[in-house]
Amino acid sequence: MRLPVIPARQSSSSGILLWAYVFCYLVFLYLPICLIPLFSFNDSIQAAFPLKGFTFAWYRTLLHNEGVRNALFTSLKVGLTSAALATICGITIAYADVFIRNRFSKLLSFLVKLPILIPGVIIGIAMLIVANLVGIGPSAGAIICGHILLAMPATVMVMHARFAGISRSIPEAAEDLGAREWTLMRRILLPMAAPAMGSAFMLAFLTSFDEFIIAFFLTGSQPTLPVYIWGQLRFPRSLPIVMALGSVILAVSVVVAVLSELIRRRGQNA
Amino acid sequence: MLFRCGIFLPGTVLGLGLVVFSLSLVTFLAFRHNDGSLLGSGWTASNFLTILTDPLYARIALRSVMLAGLATLATVMAAYPVAYCIAVHGGRYRKLVLFLVTLPFWTSYLLRVFAWKIVLAYNGVLNSFLVGTGLLHEPSLAFLNTPAAVVVTLAHAYAPFAILPIYTALESMPSSLLEAAADLGARPLTAFRRIVLPYSFPGVLTAIMVVFIPTVGDYVTPALVGGPQSVMIGSLIEMQFGRANDWPFGAALSVAVMLVIAGLIALLRKTEAGKESRL
Repeated sequence: MRLPVIPARQSSSSGILLWAYVFCYLVFLYLPICLIPLFSFNDSIQAAFPLKGFTFAWYRTLLHNEGVRNALFTSLKVGLTSAALATICGITIAYADVFIRNRFSKLLSFLVKLPILIPGVIIGIAMLIVANLVGIGPSAGAIICGHILLAMPATVMVMHARFAGISRSIPEAAEDLGAREWTLMRRILLPMAAPAMGSAFMLAFLTSFDEFIIAFFLTGSQPTLPVYIWGQLRFPRSLPIVMALGSVILAVSVVVAVLSELIRRRGQNA
Repeated sequence: MLFRCGIFLPGTVLGLGLVVFSLSLVTFLAFRHNDGSLLGSGWTASNFLTILTDPLYARIALRSVMLAGLATLATVMAAYPVAYCIAVHGGRYRKLVLFLVTLPFWTSYLLRVFAWKIVLAYNGVLNSFLVGTGLLHEPSLAFLNTPAAVVVTLAHAYAPFAILPIYTALESMPSSLLEAAADLGARPLTAFRRIVLPYSFPGVLTAIMVVFIPTVGDYVTPALVGGPQSVMIGSLIEMQFGRANDWPFGAALSVAVMLVIAGLIALLRKTEAGKESRL
Protein backbone atom coordinates (compact mmCIF):
# COMPACT_ATOMS: atom_id res chain seq x y z
CA MET A 1 0.00 0.00 0.00
CA ARG A 2 1.46 3.35 -1.02
CA LEU A 3 0.52 6.71 0.27
CA PRO A 4 0.40 9.81 -1.87
CA VAL A 5 2.94 12.17 -0.32
CA ILE A 6 1.59 15.42 -1.69
CA PRO A 7 0.97 18.14 0.90
CA ALA A 8 -2.04 20.20 -0.08
CA ARG A 9 -1.30 23.84 0.53
CA GLN A 10 2.38 24.31 1.20
CA SER A 11 5.12 21.77 0.58
CA SER A 12 6.81 22.72 3.82
CA SER A 13 9.27 20.37 5.47
CA SER A 14 6.92 19.91 8.41
CA GLY A 15 4.20 18.73 6.02
CA ILE A 16 6.50 16.10 4.52
CA LEU A 17 7.55 14.96 7.99
CA LEU A 18 3.90 14.65 8.98
CA TRP A 19 3.05 12.59 5.90
CA ALA A 20 6.01 10.31 6.64
CA TYR A 21 4.61 9.83 10.14
CA VAL A 22 1.15 9.06 8.75
CA PHE A 23 2.74 6.48 6.45
CA CYS A 24 4.54 4.78 9.38
CA TYR A 25 1.32 4.87 11.38
CA LEU A 26 -0.57 3.10 8.58
CA VAL A 27 2.18 0.48 8.41
CA PHE A 28 1.84 -0.07 12.18
CA LEU A 29 -1.92 -0.33 11.72
CA TYR A 30 -1.90 -2.81 8.84
CA LEU A 31 1.28 -4.88 9.29
CA PRO A 32 0.05 -7.14 12.14
CA ILE A 33 -3.26 -7.73 10.35
CA CYS A 34 -1.47 -8.68 7.10
CA LEU A 35 0.35 -11.47 8.93
CA ILE A 36 -2.85 -13.51 9.20
CA PRO A 37 -3.39 -13.97 5.43
CA LEU A 38 0.38 -14.37 4.99
CA PHE A 39 0.64 -17.32 7.36
CA SER A 40 -2.62 -18.85 6.13
CA PHE A 41 -0.75 -19.76 2.92
CA ASN A 42 2.33 -21.00 4.81
CA ASP A 43 3.04 -24.72 4.73
CA SER A 44 3.71 -25.06 8.47
CA ILE A 45 1.79 -25.43 11.72
CA GLN A 46 3.81 -22.65 13.33
CA ALA A 47 3.35 -18.96 12.58
CA ALA A 48 7.05 -18.03 12.34
CA PHE A 49 9.58 -16.79 9.82
CA PRO A 50 11.16 -17.98 7.57
CA LEU A 51 8.12 -19.06 5.53
CA LYS A 52 8.18 -22.76 4.66
CA GLY A 53 6.31 -22.89 1.37
CA PHE A 54 3.07 -21.97 -0.35
CA THR A 55 -0.04 -24.07 0.18
CA PHE A 56 -3.81 -23.99 -0.19
CA ALA A 57 -4.12 -26.97 2.17
CA TRP A 58 -5.56 -24.98 5.10
CA TYR A 59 -8.27 -23.48 2.92
CA ARG A 60 -9.15 -26.96 1.60
CA THR A 61 -9.47 -28.26 5.17
CA LEU A 62 -11.64 -25.25 5.94
CA LEU A 63 -14.06 -26.06 3.12
CA HIS A 64 -14.77 -29.52 4.50
CA ASN A 65 -15.00 -28.50 8.16
CA GLU A 66 -18.54 -28.89 9.45
CA GLY A 67 -17.98 -26.84 12.61
CA VAL A 68 -16.91 -23.85 10.50
CA ARG A 69 -19.88 -24.24 8.18
CA ASN A 70 -22.36 -24.31 11.06
CA ALA A 71 -20.70 -21.32 12.74
CA LEU A 72 -20.76 -19.39 9.46
CA PHE A 73 -24.47 -20.15 9.08
CA THR A 74 -25.18 -18.95 12.63
CA SER A 75 -23.14 -15.78 12.08
CA LEU A 76 -24.96 -14.98 8.84
CA LYS A 77 -28.36 -15.61 10.43
CA VAL A 78 -27.56 -13.45 13.47
CA GLY A 79 -25.84 -10.76 11.38
CA LEU A 80 -28.57 -10.34 8.75
CA THR A 81 -31.42 -10.39 11.30
CA SER A 82 -29.82 -7.95 13.72
CA ALA A 83 -28.71 -5.66 10.85
CA ALA A 84 -32.24 -5.56 9.40
CA LEU A 85 -33.81 -4.80 12.80
CA ALA A 86 -31.10 -2.28 13.75
CA THR A 87 -31.62 -0.46 10.44
CA ILE A 88 -35.41 -0.25 10.95
CA CYS A 89 -34.86 1.06 14.47
CA GLY A 90 -32.22 3.49 13.19
CA ILE A 91 -34.64 4.86 10.58
CA THR A 92 -37.55 5.35 12.99
CA ILE A 93 -35.50 6.80 15.84
CA ALA A 94 -33.61 9.18 13.54
CA TYR A 95 -36.87 10.18 11.83
CA ALA A 96 -38.48 11.02 15.16
CA ASP A 97 -35.36 12.90 16.26
CA VAL A 98 -35.15 15.01 13.08
CA PHE A 99 -38.79 15.57 12.03
CA ILE A 100 -40.88 15.20 15.20
CA ARG A 101 -38.45 16.61 17.78
CA ASN A 102 -40.35 16.25 21.04
CA ARG A 103 -38.96 15.36 24.45
CA PHE A 104 -39.69 11.66 24.04
CA SER A 105 -37.84 11.36 20.72
CA LYS A 106 -34.82 13.07 22.26
CA LEU A 107 -34.92 10.72 25.25
CA LEU A 108 -35.07 7.67 22.97
CA SER A 109 -32.18 8.77 20.78
CA PHE A 110 -30.15 9.40 23.95
CA LEU A 111 -31.03 6.00 25.42
CA VAL A 112 -30.18 3.96 22.33
CA LYS A 113 -26.80 5.70 22.07
CA LEU A 114 -25.93 4.74 25.66
CA PRO A 115 -24.34 1.39 24.69
CA ILE A 116 -21.31 3.32 23.33
CA LEU A 117 -20.52 4.25 26.92
CA ILE A 118 -20.73 0.69 28.26
CA PRO A 119 -17.98 -1.92 27.83
CA GLY A 120 -19.04 -5.00 25.82
CA VAL A 121 -18.61 -7.36 28.77
CA ILE A 122 -21.31 -5.50 30.70
CA ILE A 123 -23.73 -5.46 27.73
CA GLY A 124 -23.07 -9.19 27.45
CA ILE A 125 -23.87 -10.02 31.07
CA ALA A 126 -26.88 -7.67 31.10
CA MET A 127 -28.32 -9.48 28.07
CA LEU A 128 -27.51 -12.83 29.68
CA ILE A 129 -29.53 -11.93 32.78
CA VAL A 130 -32.46 -10.64 30.67
CA ALA A 131 -32.38 -13.72 28.41
CA ASN A 132 -32.50 -16.04 31.41
CA LEU A 133 -35.27 -14.02 33.05
CA VAL A 134 -37.41 -13.98 29.90
CA GLY A 135 -36.78 -17.69 29.47
CA ILE A 136 -35.07 -17.83 26.08
CA GLY A 137 -31.68 -18.38 27.74
CA PRO A 138 -28.41 -18.19 25.79
CA SER A 139 -29.49 -18.51 22.15
CA ALA A 140 -29.29 -16.94 18.71
CA GLY A 141 -32.26 -14.70 19.64
CA ALA A 142 -30.41 -13.37 22.65
CA ILE A 143 -27.29 -12.67 20.56
CA ILE A 144 -29.45 -10.80 18.03
CA CYS A 145 -30.82 -8.54 20.81
CA GLY A 146 -27.29 -7.82 22.05
CA HIS A 147 -26.03 -7.05 18.56
CA ILE A 148 -28.94 -4.69 17.84
CA LEU A 149 -28.00 -2.72 20.96
CA LEU A 150 -24.37 -2.60 19.85
CA ALA A 151 -25.19 -1.52 16.27
CA MET A 152 -27.90 1.03 17.20
CA PRO A 153 -25.63 4.03 17.84
CA ALA A 154 -24.05 3.70 14.38
CA THR A 155 -27.30 3.17 12.47
CA VAL A 156 -29.04 6.04 14.29
CA MET A 157 -26.12 8.38 13.55
CA VAL A 158 -25.92 7.44 9.85
CA MET A 159 -29.68 7.89 9.38
CA HIS A 160 -29.72 11.08 11.46
CA ALA A 161 -27.00 12.61 9.29
CA ARG A 162 -28.96 11.75 6.14
CA PHE A 163 -32.35 13.00 7.37
CA ALA A 164 -30.81 16.19 8.74
CA GLY A 165 -29.27 16.82 5.31
CA ILE A 166 -32.66 16.82 3.55
CA SER A 167 -33.84 20.34 2.88
CA ARG A 168 -36.83 21.38 5.00
CA SER A 169 -38.68 22.66 1.95
CA ILE A 170 -39.13 19.15 0.54
CA PRO A 171 -41.31 17.71 3.34
CA GLU A 172 -43.07 21.09 3.63
CA ALA A 173 -43.96 21.03 -0.08
CA ALA A 174 -45.27 17.48 0.26
CA GLU A 175 -47.43 18.48 3.22
CA ASP A 176 -48.80 21.50 1.37
CA LEU A 177 -49.81 19.19 -1.45
CA GLY A 178 -51.72 17.08 1.07
CA ALA A 179 -49.35 14.17 1.67
CA ARG A 180 -49.77 12.43 5.00
CA GLU A 181 -46.74 11.57 7.12
CA TRP A 182 -46.74 7.94 6.00
CA THR A 183 -46.91 8.91 2.32
CA LEU A 184 -44.17 11.48 2.84
CA MET A 185 -41.98 8.86 4.45
CA ARG A 186 -42.65 6.11 1.89
CA ARG A 187 -42.62 8.19 -1.30
CA ILE A 188 -40.04 10.84 -0.49
CA LEU A 189 -37.85 10.42 2.58
CA LEU A 190 -37.07 6.70 2.33
CA PRO A 191 -36.15 6.81 -1.39
CA MET A 192 -33.94 9.84 -0.70
CA ALA A 193 -32.30 8.06 2.22
CA ALA A 194 -31.90 4.68 0.46
CA PRO A 195 -28.08 4.84 0.21
CA ALA A 196 -27.82 5.73 3.89
CA MET A 197 -30.09 2.80 4.73
CA GLY A 198 -27.83 0.46 2.76
CA SER A 199 -24.78 1.89 4.49
CA ALA A 200 -26.37 1.56 7.95
CA PHE A 201 -27.39 -2.02 7.21
CA MET A 202 -23.87 -2.98 6.17
CA LEU A 203 -22.23 -1.33 9.17
CA ALA A 204 -24.68 -3.10 11.48
CA PHE A 205 -24.00 -6.40 9.73
CA LEU A 206 -20.24 -5.95 10.12
CA THR A 207 -20.62 -5.03 13.78
CA SER A 208 -22.52 -8.24 14.38
CA PHE A 209 -20.39 -10.45 12.11
CA ASP A 210 -17.16 -9.44 13.89
CA GLU A 211 -18.52 -9.20 17.43
CA PHE A 212 -17.10 -11.58 20.02
CA ILE A 213 -17.74 -10.78 23.66
CA ILE A 214 -21.55 -10.45 23.66
CA ALA A 215 -21.91 -13.59 21.53
CA PHE A 216 -19.46 -15.33 23.89
CA PHE A 217 -21.81 -14.84 26.85
CA LEU A 218 -24.99 -15.60 24.91
CA THR A 219 -23.94 -18.57 22.78
CA GLY A 220 -26.06 -21.62 23.46
CA SER A 221 -25.42 -24.68 21.33
CA GLN A 222 -24.60 -22.76 18.12
CA PRO A 223 -21.43 -20.62 18.26
CA THR A 224 -20.98 -17.69 15.90
CA LEU A 225 -17.75 -17.54 13.87
CA PRO A 226 -15.75 -15.41 16.35
CA VAL A 227 -16.85 -17.63 19.25
CA TYR A 228 -15.90 -20.71 17.22
CA ILE A 229 -12.46 -19.18 16.52
CA TRP A 230 -12.01 -18.41 20.21
CA GLY A 231 -12.65 -22.07 20.99
CA GLN A 232 -10.09 -23.18 18.41
CA LEU A 233 -7.35 -20.81 19.67
CA ARG A 234 -6.60 -23.24 22.51
CA PHE A 235 -5.36 -25.90 20.10
CA PRO A 236 -2.00 -25.08 18.46
CA ARG A 237 -2.78 -27.73 15.82
CA SER A 238 -5.77 -25.79 14.46
CA LEU A 239 -3.80 -22.51 14.27
CA PRO A 240 -3.32 -22.55 10.46
CA ILE A 241 -7.02 -23.29 9.89
CA VAL A 242 -7.91 -20.40 12.20
CA MET A 243 -5.67 -18.16 10.07
CA ALA A 244 -7.30 -19.34 6.85
CA LEU A 245 -10.71 -18.70 8.38
CA GLY A 246 -9.49 -15.35 9.72
CA SER A 247 -8.27 -14.33 6.26
CA VAL A 248 -11.67 -15.10 4.74
CA ILE A 249 -13.40 -13.07 7.48
CA LEU A 250 -10.96 -10.17 6.99
CA ALA A 251 -11.59 -10.22 3.24
CA VAL A 252 -15.38 -10.22 3.70
CA SER A 253 -15.18 -7.39 6.26
CA VAL A 254 -12.98 -5.24 4.03
CA VAL A 255 -15.22 -5.76 0.99
CA VAL A 256 -18.40 -4.92 2.96
CA ALA A 257 -16.76 -1.86 4.57
CA VAL A 258 -15.55 -0.54 1.18
CA LEU A 259 -18.97 -1.12 -0.40
CA SER A 260 -20.68 0.62 2.50
CA GLU A 261 -18.36 3.63 2.14
CA LEU A 262 -18.91 3.82 -1.63
CA ILE A 263 -22.69 3.65 -1.22
CA ARG A 264 -22.60 6.35 1.46
CA ARG A 265 -20.53 8.68 -0.75
CA ARG A 266 -22.84 8.14 -3.69
CA GLY A 267 -25.74 9.06 -1.45
CA GLN A 268 -24.02 12.29 -0.41
CA ASN A 269 -23.24 13.36 -3.96
CA ALA A 270 -26.76 12.64 -5.22
CA MET B 1 -51.67 8.69 14.82
CA LEU B 2 -51.07 5.06 13.87
CA PHE B 3 -48.00 6.22 11.98
CA ARG B 4 -46.64 8.02 15.04
CA CYS B 5 -47.14 4.90 17.16
CA GLY B 6 -45.27 2.86 14.57
CA ILE B 7 -42.44 5.36 14.53
CA PHE B 8 -41.98 5.32 18.28
CA LEU B 9 -42.50 1.58 18.75
CA PRO B 10 -39.02 0.22 17.83
CA GLY B 11 -37.21 2.93 19.78
CA THR B 12 -39.39 2.40 22.84
CA VAL B 13 -38.89 -1.36 22.80
CA LEU B 14 -35.13 -0.92 22.45
CA GLY B 15 -34.50 2.14 24.59
CA LEU B 16 -36.85 1.45 27.48
CA GLY B 17 -37.36 -2.29 27.03
CA LEU B 18 -33.77 -3.36 26.53
CA VAL B 19 -31.37 -0.60 27.63
CA VAL B 20 -33.13 0.73 30.72
CA PHE B 21 -34.61 -2.62 31.78
CA SER B 22 -31.39 -4.62 31.45
CA LEU B 23 -29.24 -2.02 33.22
CA SER B 24 -31.80 -1.73 36.05
CA LEU B 25 -31.75 -5.50 36.34
CA VAL B 26 -27.95 -5.52 36.65
CA THR B 27 -28.15 -2.87 39.38
CA PHE B 28 -30.94 -4.80 41.14
CA LEU B 29 -28.91 -8.02 41.08
CA ALA B 30 -25.86 -6.21 42.49
CA PHE B 31 -27.73 -5.68 45.77
CA ARG B 32 -28.81 -9.33 46.20
CA HIS B 33 -27.36 -12.34 48.04
CA ASN B 34 -26.02 -15.14 45.88
CA ASP B 35 -28.10 -18.27 46.48
CA GLY B 36 -27.55 -19.84 43.08
CA SER B 37 -30.92 -18.70 41.73
CA LEU B 38 -31.27 -16.23 38.85
CA LEU B 39 -32.29 -13.18 40.87
CA GLY B 40 -30.63 -14.05 44.19
CA SER B 41 -32.38 -13.44 47.51
CA GLY B 42 -32.69 -10.73 50.17
CA TRP B 43 -31.10 -7.27 50.11
CA THR B 44 -27.44 -6.65 50.84
CA ALA B 45 -24.61 -4.23 50.22
CA SER B 46 -21.97 -6.87 50.95
CA ASN B 47 -21.03 -7.26 47.26
CA PHE B 48 -19.93 -3.62 47.17
CA LEU B 49 -18.26 -3.85 50.58
CA THR B 50 -16.16 -6.77 49.31
CA ILE B 51 -15.08 -4.75 46.27
CA LEU B 52 -14.13 -1.79 48.45
CA THR B 53 -12.34 -3.71 51.23
CA ASP B 54 -10.70 -6.75 49.61
CA PRO B 55 -7.20 -5.69 48.47
CA LEU B 56 -7.31 -8.23 45.62
CA TYR B 57 -10.13 -6.35 43.89
CA ALA B 58 -8.56 -2.97 44.58
CA ARG B 59 -5.38 -4.21 42.89
CA ILE B 60 -7.19 -5.52 39.82
CA ALA B 61 -9.32 -2.37 39.55
CA LEU B 62 -6.23 -0.17 39.83
CA ARG B 63 -4.43 -2.28 37.23
CA SER B 64 -7.40 -2.04 34.82
CA VAL B 65 -7.53 1.74 35.16
CA MET B 66 -3.73 2.02 34.77
CA LEU B 67 -3.42 -0.27 31.73
CA ALA B 68 -6.46 1.31 30.05
CA GLY B 69 -5.10 4.78 30.95
CA LEU B 70 -1.68 4.01 29.46
CA ALA B 71 -3.28 2.54 26.34
CA THR B 72 -5.49 5.63 26.02
CA LEU B 73 -2.51 7.96 26.42
CA ALA B 74 -0.50 6.04 23.82
CA THR B 75 -3.44 5.87 21.41
CA VAL B 76 -4.31 9.57 21.63
CA MET B 77 -0.71 10.76 21.39
CA ALA B 78 0.04 8.54 18.40
CA ALA B 79 -3.22 9.54 16.72
CA TYR B 80 -2.91 13.32 17.18
CA PRO B 81 -0.33 14.00 14.44
CA VAL B 82 -2.29 11.79 12.03
CA ALA B 83 -5.54 13.65 12.70
CA TYR B 84 -3.70 17.00 12.42
CA CYS B 85 -2.05 16.00 9.15
CA ILE B 86 -5.32 14.85 7.57
CA ALA B 87 -7.20 17.97 8.72
CA VAL B 88 -4.56 20.57 7.81
CA HIS B 89 -2.53 19.02 4.98
CA GLY B 90 -5.09 16.47 3.76
CA GLY B 91 -6.26 18.27 0.63
CA ARG B 92 -7.91 15.94 -1.83
CA TYR B 93 -6.45 12.86 -0.15
CA ARG B 94 -8.36 13.66 3.03
CA LYS B 95 -11.20 11.17 2.49
CA LEU B 96 -8.90 8.40 1.27
CA VAL B 97 -6.52 8.58 4.25
CA LEU B 98 -9.42 8.89 6.67
CA PHE B 99 -10.97 5.78 5.17
CA LEU B 100 -7.68 3.85 5.33
CA VAL B 101 -7.31 4.75 9.01
CA THR B 102 -10.84 3.63 9.91
CA LEU B 103 -10.93 0.47 7.77
CA PRO B 104 -9.27 -1.84 10.36
CA PHE B 105 -11.99 -0.85 12.83
CA TRP B 106 -14.53 -2.73 10.72
CA THR B 107 -12.51 -5.95 10.78
CA SER B 108 -12.68 -8.50 13.56
CA TYR B 109 -11.35 -7.22 16.88
CA LEU B 110 -10.59 -10.79 17.92
CA LEU B 111 -8.41 -11.28 14.84
CA ARG B 112 -6.56 -8.00 15.36
CA VAL B 113 -5.65 -9.07 18.91
CA PHE B 114 -4.77 -12.55 17.70
CA ALA B 115 -2.40 -11.00 15.15
CA TRP B 116 -0.40 -9.50 18.04
CA LYS B 117 -0.14 -12.92 19.61
CA ILE B 118 1.56 -14.11 16.39
CA VAL B 119 3.89 -11.10 16.51
CA LEU B 120 4.90 -11.41 20.17
CA ALA B 121 4.97 -15.19 20.77
CA TYR B 122 8.14 -17.14 21.71
CA ASN B 123 8.40 -18.52 18.18
CA GLY B 124 6.63 -15.46 16.81
CA VAL B 125 7.43 -12.86 14.19
CA LEU B 126 9.26 -10.36 16.42
CA ASN B 127 11.49 -13.05 17.93
CA SER B 128 12.32 -14.68 14.60
CA PHE B 129 13.16 -11.22 13.22
CA LEU B 130 15.42 -10.32 16.16
CA VAL B 131 17.20 -13.69 16.16
CA GLY B 132 17.45 -13.70 12.36
CA THR B 133 19.16 -10.30 12.31
CA GLY B 134 21.46 -11.29 15.17
CA LEU B 135 20.10 -8.72 17.64
CA LEU B 136 19.14 -11.55 20.01
CA HIS B 137 20.94 -14.87 20.47
CA GLU B 138 17.82 -16.80 21.36
CA PRO B 139 14.07 -16.03 21.32
CA SER B 140 12.88 -13.95 24.26
CA LEU B 141 9.91 -14.74 26.48
CA ALA B 142 9.73 -11.10 27.53
CA PHE B 143 7.20 -9.95 24.89
CA LEU B 144 4.06 -12.05 25.23
CA ASN B 145 2.06 -12.34 28.45
CA THR B 146 3.13 -8.98 29.87
CA PRO B 147 1.17 -5.83 30.75
CA ALA B 148 3.19 -4.02 28.06
CA ALA B 149 1.80 -6.41 25.44
CA VAL B 150 -1.71 -5.49 26.62
CA VAL B 151 -1.01 -1.76 26.26
CA VAL B 152 0.47 -2.09 22.75
CA THR B 153 -2.32 -4.35 21.56
CA LEU B 154 -5.05 -2.09 22.96
CA ALA B 155 -3.39 0.99 21.45
CA HIS B 156 -3.36 -0.76 18.06
CA ALA B 157 -6.93 -2.04 18.28
CA TYR B 158 -8.50 1.29 19.25
CA ALA B 159 -6.44 3.61 17.02
CA PRO B 160 -9.34 4.76 14.77
CA PHE B 161 -11.42 5.70 17.81
CA ALA B 162 -8.92 8.43 18.67
CA ILE B 163 -8.28 9.82 15.20
CA LEU B 164 -11.88 10.59 14.21
CA PRO B 165 -12.91 12.94 17.07
CA ILE B 166 -9.60 14.88 16.95
CA TYR B 167 -9.90 15.19 13.18
CA THR B 168 -13.49 16.43 13.48
CA ALA B 169 -12.43 19.12 15.96
CA LEU B 170 -9.48 20.29 13.83
CA GLU B 171 -11.41 20.19 10.57
CA SER B 172 -13.62 23.07 11.72
CA MET B 173 -10.54 25.23 12.42
CA PRO B 174 -10.34 27.98 9.75
CA SER B 175 -6.91 28.03 8.11
CA SER B 176 -7.02 31.83 8.26
CA LEU B 177 -6.31 31.54 12.01
CA LEU B 178 -2.90 30.00 11.35
CA GLU B 179 -2.18 32.51 8.58
CA ALA B 180 -3.07 35.39 10.88
CA ALA B 181 -0.81 33.98 13.57
CA ALA B 182 2.06 33.72 11.10
CA ASP B 183 1.45 37.28 9.87
CA LEU B 184 1.54 38.52 13.46
CA GLY B 185 4.93 36.89 13.90
CA ALA B 186 4.04 33.78 15.85
CA ARG B 187 6.50 30.93 15.45
CA PRO B 188 4.95 27.64 14.27
CA LEU B 189 5.34 26.13 17.75
CA THR B 190 3.65 29.11 19.41
CA ALA B 191 0.82 29.01 16.88
CA PHE B 192 0.40 25.29 17.57
CA ARG B 193 0.34 25.78 21.33
CA ARG B 194 -1.93 28.82 21.37
CA ILE B 195 -4.30 27.99 18.49
CA VAL B 196 -4.26 24.37 17.33
CA LEU B 197 -4.12 22.71 20.76
CA PRO B 198 -7.01 24.68 22.30
CA TYR B 199 -9.04 24.19 19.13
CA SER B 200 -8.59 20.42 19.22
CA PHE B 201 -9.20 20.16 22.97
CA PRO B 202 -12.85 18.99 22.81
CA GLY B 203 -11.84 16.37 20.25
CA VAL B 204 -9.03 15.13 22.48
CA LEU B 205 -11.43 14.79 25.42
CA THR B 206 -13.87 12.80 23.28
CA ALA B 207 -11.00 10.62 22.06
CA ILE B 208 -9.92 9.92 25.64
CA MET B 209 -13.47 8.92 26.50
CA VAL B 210 -14.15 6.62 23.54
CA VAL B 211 -10.81 4.83 23.91
CA PHE B 212 -10.81 4.50 27.70
CA ILE B 213 -14.36 3.12 28.03
CA PRO B 214 -14.00 -0.03 25.92
CA THR B 215 -10.40 -0.67 27.01
CA VAL B 216 -11.07 -0.53 30.75
CA GLY B 217 -13.57 -3.38 30.49
CA ASP B 218 -11.74 -5.32 27.80
CA TYR B 219 -11.76 -9.09 28.07
CA VAL B 220 -10.14 -10.43 24.90
CA THR B 221 -6.77 -8.64 25.01
CA PRO B 222 -5.72 -9.50 28.59
CA ALA B 223 -6.86 -13.09 28.01
CA LEU B 224 -4.93 -13.52 24.74
CA VAL B 225 -1.71 -11.54 25.20
CA GLY B 226 -1.71 -10.46 28.86
CA GLY B 227 -0.88 -13.58 30.86
CA PRO B 228 -1.58 -13.92 34.61
CA GLN B 229 0.15 -10.60 35.40
CA SER B 230 -2.52 -8.57 33.62
CA VAL B 231 -5.90 -9.90 34.70
CA MET B 232 -8.29 -6.97 34.30
CA ILE B 233 -11.75 -6.19 35.60
CA GLY B 234 -13.42 -7.58 32.43
CA SER B 235 -11.92 -11.02 33.04
CA LEU B 236 -13.05 -10.81 36.67
CA ILE B 237 -16.65 -10.07 35.63
CA GLU B 238 -16.57 -12.92 33.11
CA MET B 239 -15.33 -15.27 35.84
CA GLN B 240 -18.29 -14.44 38.13
CA PHE B 241 -20.72 -15.42 35.37
CA GLY B 242 -18.65 -18.49 34.48
CA ARG B 243 -16.57 -20.63 36.82
CA ALA B 244 -17.15 -18.69 40.07
CA ASN B 245 -20.91 -18.65 39.43
CA ASP B 246 -21.58 -15.61 41.63
CA TRP B 247 -23.85 -13.49 39.44
CA PRO B 248 -24.73 -10.84 42.07
CA PHE B 249 -21.03 -10.15 42.68
CA GLY B 250 -20.41 -9.97 38.91
CA ALA B 251 -23.30 -7.51 38.64
CA ALA B 252 -21.81 -5.42 41.48
CA LEU B 253 -18.45 -5.32 39.66
CA SER B 254 -20.26 -4.18 36.48
CA VAL B 255 -22.05 -1.42 38.37
CA ALA B 256 -18.70 -0.33 39.85
CA VAL B 257 -17.16 -0.15 36.35
CA MET B 258 -20.12 1.90 35.09
CA LEU B 259 -19.77 4.27 38.06
CA VAL B 260 -16.06 4.77 37.29
CA ILE B 261 -16.95 5.51 33.65
CA ALA B 262 -19.71 7.93 34.70
CA GLY B 263 -17.21 9.66 37.00
CA LEU B 264 -14.70 9.98 34.18
CA ILE B 265 -17.32 11.43 31.83
CA ALA B 266 -18.37 13.97 34.48
CA LEU B 267 -14.72 14.92 35.02
CA LEU B 268 -14.08 15.37 31.28
CA ARG B 269 -17.26 17.45 30.90
CA LYS B 270 -16.14 19.68 33.75
CA THR B 271 -12.65 20.06 32.27
CA GLU B 272 -14.18 21.03 28.96
CA ALA B 273 -16.52 23.57 30.54
CA GLY B 274 -13.66 25.07 32.57
CA LYS B 275 -11.49 25.34 29.49
CA GLU B 276 -14.21 27.09 27.51
CA SER B 277 -14.92 29.66 30.21
CA ARG B 278 -11.25 30.64 30.26
CA LEU B 279 -11.04 31.19 26.50
